[in-house]
Amino acid sequence: MTVLHNPIATPTPGAVTEVKTTTCYMCACRCGIRVHLRDGEIRYIDGNPEHPLNRGVICAKGSSGIMKQKSPARLSIPLKRKPGSARGDGDYVEATWDEVFETLTTRLSHLRATDPKKFALFTGRDQMQALTGLFARQFGTPNYAAHGGFCSVNMAAGMIYTIGGSFWEFGGPDLDRAKLFVMIGTAEDHHSNPLKIALSKFKRSGGRFISINPIRTGYSAIADEWIPIKPGTDGALLMALIHQLLKHDQIDHDFLRNCTNAFDIVGADGLTRRAVPEEASPERVLEHLRTRVADCTPAWASEITGVPAARIELLARELAHAAFEQSFTLPVQWTDTEGVTHDHVVGRPVAFHAMRGLAAHSNGFHTIRALSILMTLLGTIDRPGGFRHKAPFPKAIPPNVKPPNKWGDIQPNTPLGGAPLGFPANPDELAVDPEGNPLRIDKGFSWEHPLSAHGLMHNVITNAWRGDPYKIDTLMIFMANMAWNSTMNTSQVRTMLNDRDVEGNYKIPFIVVCDAFASEMTQFADLILPDTTYLERHDAMSLLDRPISEFDGPVDSVRVPVVPPSGNTKPFQEVLIELAGRLKFPAFTNADGSRKFKGYTDFIINFETAPGSGLGFLGGWRGADGTASIKGAPNPNQWDMYAKNNCVYHHVLPESQQYMRNWNRDYLHQAKEWGFNGSLEPIRIQIYSDVLQKFRMAALGNWPGKQPPEHLRERVAHHFDPLPFWSPPLELAVTDAAAYPLNAVTQRPMAMYHSWDSQNAWLRQIHSHNYLMVNPKTAQAEGIADGGWMWVESQWGKVRCMARYTEAVEPGTVWTWNAIGKSKGAWNLDADADESRKGFLLNHLISEELQIGGRSMSNSDPITGQAGWYDVRVRIRKAQADEPAESSPQFAAQKRLPGMSLPKRIQQYFAGKAA
Amino acid sequence: MNPAWAVIFLTVLCGAAQGLTVALLMAEFVGTGHATPGAAHRFFMGGALIALALSVGGLIASFFHLGRPERAWRTAAQWRTSWLSREVIALPVFMLLLARYAWVHAGGASPATILMLLLFAAAFALWICTAMIYAGIPFIREWSSPLTFINFVAQGMAAGFVLANLWAAFAAPRWVPIYAPIALCLIVAAFAVRMMVLARNRNLRPQTTVQSAIGIQAPKVRQVAMGAMGGTFNTREFFHGKTAQVMMGIKWTMMGLGFALPLVLLLAGWGMAQVLLVAAALLAIFLGQLAERWYFFAEANHPQNHYYQSIA
Amino acid sequence: MTQLALVIDLNVCVGCHACVTSCKQWNTSGSAGPLVDENPYAKDPTGTFFNRVQTFEVGEFPNTQTVHFPKSCLHCEDPPCVPVCPTGASYKRAEDGIVLVDYDKCIGCKYCAWACPYGARELDEERKVMTKCTLCVDRIYDETLPQAERKPACVLACPTNARLFGDIHDENSEVTQAIINRDGYQLMPELKTRPANHYLPRRATNALPGPLAELIAEARL
Repeated sequence: MTVLHNPIATPTPGAVTEVKTTTCYMCACRCGIRVHLRDGEIRYIDGNPEHPLNRGVICAKGSSGIMKQKSPARLSIPLKRKPGSARGDGDYVEATWDEVFETLTTRLSHLRATDPKKFALFTGRDQMQALTGLFARQFGTPNYAAHGGFCSVNMAAGMIYTIGGSFWEFGGPDLDRAKLFVMIGTAEDHHSNPLKIALSKFKRSGGRFISINPIRTGYSAIADEWIPIKPGTDGALLMALIHQLLKHDQIDHDFLRNCTNAFDIVGADGLTRRAVPEEASPERVLEHLRTRVADCTPAWASEITGVPAARIELLARELAHAAFEQSFTLPVQWTDTEGVTHDHVVGRPVAFHAMRGLAAHSNGFHTIRALSILMTLLGTIDRPGGFRHKAPFPKAIPPNVKPPNKWGDIQPNTPLGGAPLGFPANPDELAVDPEGNPLRIDKGFSWEHPLSAHGLMHNVITNAWRGDPYKIDTLMIFMANMAWNSTMNTSQVRTMLNDRDVEGNYKIPFIVVCDAFASEMTQFADLILPDTTYLERHDAMSLLDRPISEFDGPVDSVRVPVVPPSGNTKPFQEVLIELAGRLKFPAFTNADGSRKFKGYTDFIINFETAPGSGLGFLGGWRGADGTASIKGAPNPNQWDMYAKNNCVYHHVLPESQQYMRNWNRDYLHQAKEWGFNGSLEPIRIQIYSDVLQKFRMAALGNWPGKQPPEHLRERVAHHFDPLPFWSPPLELAVTDAAAYPLNAVTQRPMAMYHSWDSQNAWLRQIHSHNYLMVNPKTAQAEGIADGGWMWVESQWGKVRCMARYTEAVEPGTVWTWNAIGKSKGAWNLDADADESRKGFLLNHLISEELQIGGRSMSNSDPITGQAGWYDVRVRIRKAQADEPAESSPQFAAQKRLPGMSLPKRIQQYFAGKAA
Repeated sequence: MNPAWAVIFLTVLCGAAQGLTVALLMAEFVGTGHATPGAAHRFFMGGALIALALSVGGLIASFFHLGRPERAWRTAAQWRTSWLSREVIALPVFMLLLARYAWVHAGGASPATILMLLLFAAAFALWICTAMIYAGIPFIREWSSPLTFINFVAQGMAAGFVLANLWAAFAAPRWVPIYAPIALCLIVAAFAVRMMVLARNRNLRPQTTVQSAIGIQAPKVRQVAMGAMGGTFNTREFFHGKTAQVMMGIKWTMMGLGFALPLVLLLAGWGMAQVLLVAAALLAIFLGQLAERWYFFAEANHPQNHYYQSIA
Repeated sequence: MTQLALVIDLNVCVGCHACVTSCKQWNTSGSAGPLVDENPYAKDPTGTFFNRVQTFEVGEFPNTQTVHFPKSCLHCEDPPCVPVCPTGASYKRAEDGIVLVDYDKCIGCKYCAWACPYGARELDEERKVMTKCTLCVDRIYDETLPQAERKPACVLACPTNARLFGDIHDENSEVTQAIINRDGYQLMPELKTRPANHYLPRRATNALPGPLAELIAEARL
């Protein structure tokens, strides 16, 4: 038959095609991509097969990058609030970049010269902290953090304070060799494509995958077994598993003896000391742990978690079976820190993975400590088949990076002595004055949240509005939607952003927002700086920050521009470098007062952590000739080398340095050489945490240095338990559980997780709005129909939404996809778009603060400040028939900003046709 | 299925045209008993032109169903396999024969028997083609039955004979008393056929299940998300989206306007050659058949619908 | 005779929708494009996609399976959509069994969509022609691509490698072997359309080998 339309012929004969590699930024995963251009337009974006992270695969977001590039929500010109208009009116006029820099330089140099802490820089993205943190440090303000405080700091802190590394990009399950894989809670959103690749291989090779989660979505869907559990109770389950393993003596004695403080002796002061060999004592850490879990029986945990006791017992047996009966060795020679050379490493093929599901509870720190200890008892830390570290981890427990700890550390026109964020090892390292007053606007590293390694971005606006602990002047927000889905108590936070004092001055005097998109946040800005997209700029995924390392060695990567910047946009990095130069930060200024760096690319190549250190942002192709790895003099051709090599640098460690790195002499030497870790001492696993004990000592008055204020003594003493324990989330103590019988949590759908621009023409067709997912029995008890309108209420707020029945949730929990619902008109969507009319935000139901002991305190983990946004308790009821069929609350429609395009009604994207 | 108005008009208008043609041919064979041959020719020519006009109306309606009507000429290509292609051939053939038949009468001649046989055959061929478009999709169980053909014929004949009755009231009064009882009988028959269709559909067991659709044999399988929330071609084309009450209303419209009211009107006008009543009956049957054809589409359950049940 | 097809492994599909948008971006600028998006920034956004991932729940709490189910044209060996097409726009290629639409012949009558029991075809509401999965026919024979990349975009994108591509008539092919060894099945086999695409069922590892297997089996009851 005659075919008119040749399906094989190219539709654009003669078009010029080109392929450029760079790194994806549609989410936090940072896969290698190839951008295929046709006549200069993006034909398609695929995974780079040469890239070690994603090995050619790509996800739904990465495949939708074109729609990000073409989004009508993009900001194209710098904007300033229209003179005479009120903040929140949404009236803006165009500004020039010169004007922007002059305004900021004038304002910020004044703050820096007078009271640097009045400048606060908070960024949603936490993968350019090496630069943003450096900027804050050089400015001299402690008020800096990224979004980790409400993301998963409990995971980072809980594990780093226990084993010196963590899930996240810092370590993960070795599924290539594991036989049993246990995933607890939602954990889909970090390192996602590599985990998907690994999970598939794992399942195909016959591995067994158990998912413990209130909800069966995402990876849990393909679990061989799903064990439903009540939210916030995972710690109880983990304690019971520890109970069982100890009871049946199914623990790795050698590992505990050689690699942990299990056999240390707890002294009268509650601190540990090394035992002399074979010293038996009831004060051994292991015995303390045994006592701690004595009552944590499966029956006890079953009451709390809803998991049958028999299943818990069996799960403990399964774990032990995998760890010990399926054990194997690899003929890998390595030398420990005692100088003993071993001819093999032991594999304990039971791997875990967890992330926000455990972390986003106010009891999450101890839950994650319990998980770390469970993994330790099974001997599965940095061993084949278990948890494996990734460079620059493991680090000393805790890492030797400390926040400022006295007012004197914050001086006009002076950089901070260290990073704004860090890991306190004792009360004296807290960012509080001797009276216990917080140094930071978010009260990070204060007695309320001593180990808040990622800060508390979720409390910045409330604190700044209230002037507690002090007032600030300028709040700069980069790529964070603090007026919507990245804040709790959203409705009131929006009011605070606009609120004025009795004189009519804004309580937060000046707000600068830098973003590529017109989010809900931009309408509260006094100054809007239009950022570029990831396809238009340089970027470094640095070893100084959160790189993309593999188990076998450090990996860093870069982005290079593949298309020219749109409109009058400027990469935020360039903005920072420019400001740093204008503000004459020491690290950015030559001795003669001239600017040190021409721009971001110049800075990335030439910046060294210390003069002549040979360590900089990028580890690849260092040295003048480009032959040095990780350490070496700056190489002027470094960007070119990355661009020529798939924008990624992978240094594979010798096999002898790939395992047991906490105790691996050669690795620790290498790590010190590369600046990953400052010490050659073995990183002994802290089953019993002396760090926690020191804070408890302070609370009990037994610490010579800083002491908590009276009203916090009991709280600190209770929570800073050197051994893990389970207690209900804080919110439960201030909740009538009978009135609010249900837990409400959120997950992000895989097509949108960790992407901050979910208004994407292709992705929003998959998720244009969200439902509250309810077990049919729970819904029917309230007369709520499948698809029917309903109210979900917490003691903090209420939301009207639609119900969807699901059998994949335990009946005591309701959940929804997060960050699908949008405020009317935001992201340049129509005022009646599904996102605002039918979608909703659960954040309205969650409070950023709780009244504890008559005081407002962050609704966060009392140890780390991790936002407890999975702790909220709710009730549900049917909406009345006469209510409008739209979600509630609704907000006034946001105006379209100058420089934004009119959204198309019909879109037919076809690359290169225009050319 | 989501009823397609273009196809509803096409089949209803053409069905009436085919029925009218059969009525005319019947009179042709039996003889009209007109006083003058000229009056008889006018009756046949006029009737044929009415049928032709209806067919043209149907044809025009059919173009509204096409996404690219300018390429409609291509549709005859696949007559070997496609009933739609065959219909596209059968309809113009029927119309040409009708035109020829009208032309012959306009010329004052009597059409050749072969022409009349061909016209009769074309009318039925068109019914077969039209019906087989639907009946030929084996997995749409509501359609996949000889009843689809019988029903199309029955409805078309009923409408055609009521129309013939009305036309005869103007142009062949002697045939009114013949057409009227036949029309009555045909309406009853059409009703009976439609009842049989409804009864059959009520007892139909779906051939496919959500279990076979996704290949998972478990007692309870339900969709949570179809993977698109703003609607797709699949949700627009295969679901009528009407409530049970609306469906019931349309069913009763079909019953009332399509069968009961025309029956009553024809009986009321029995023997009185009451033109207005017959015209009213015709209007009722036309509206009723639009409802009938709408219902014909709406009650068809497409197996693809297993895949488009829920959004989340 | 070659019959190209996809074999989709439900045992590893996590429902990430990578196949959905990678398909969209390849095809909108390919020989099948552009694929329209209507109301891309308004209410009820709806566009042409050749591939969708759906979610089903099997069983009742707590014995619930969540099944992510990708669906595109199954390239039936006896495709009911082809003979009904009045213009011949819908056709099955003799050389590789791919069912295609000739966009220059299609009149948009939608009859082929009615005749497809799987809902695999979508009318492009702007171009008014029927569209469907082409198995990336404009990729898989593209000699400017490395051999390893001459596969449909969805197959290359899939992070869990849940989509296998090959000739199901070649008994040594990866796809045929997967169908044989993993009990690959067809959708709605009762309709006798003989879909070329197959699905591989869930297959749980209920316990690691050893003495616990029985206990776990009991615990699950």
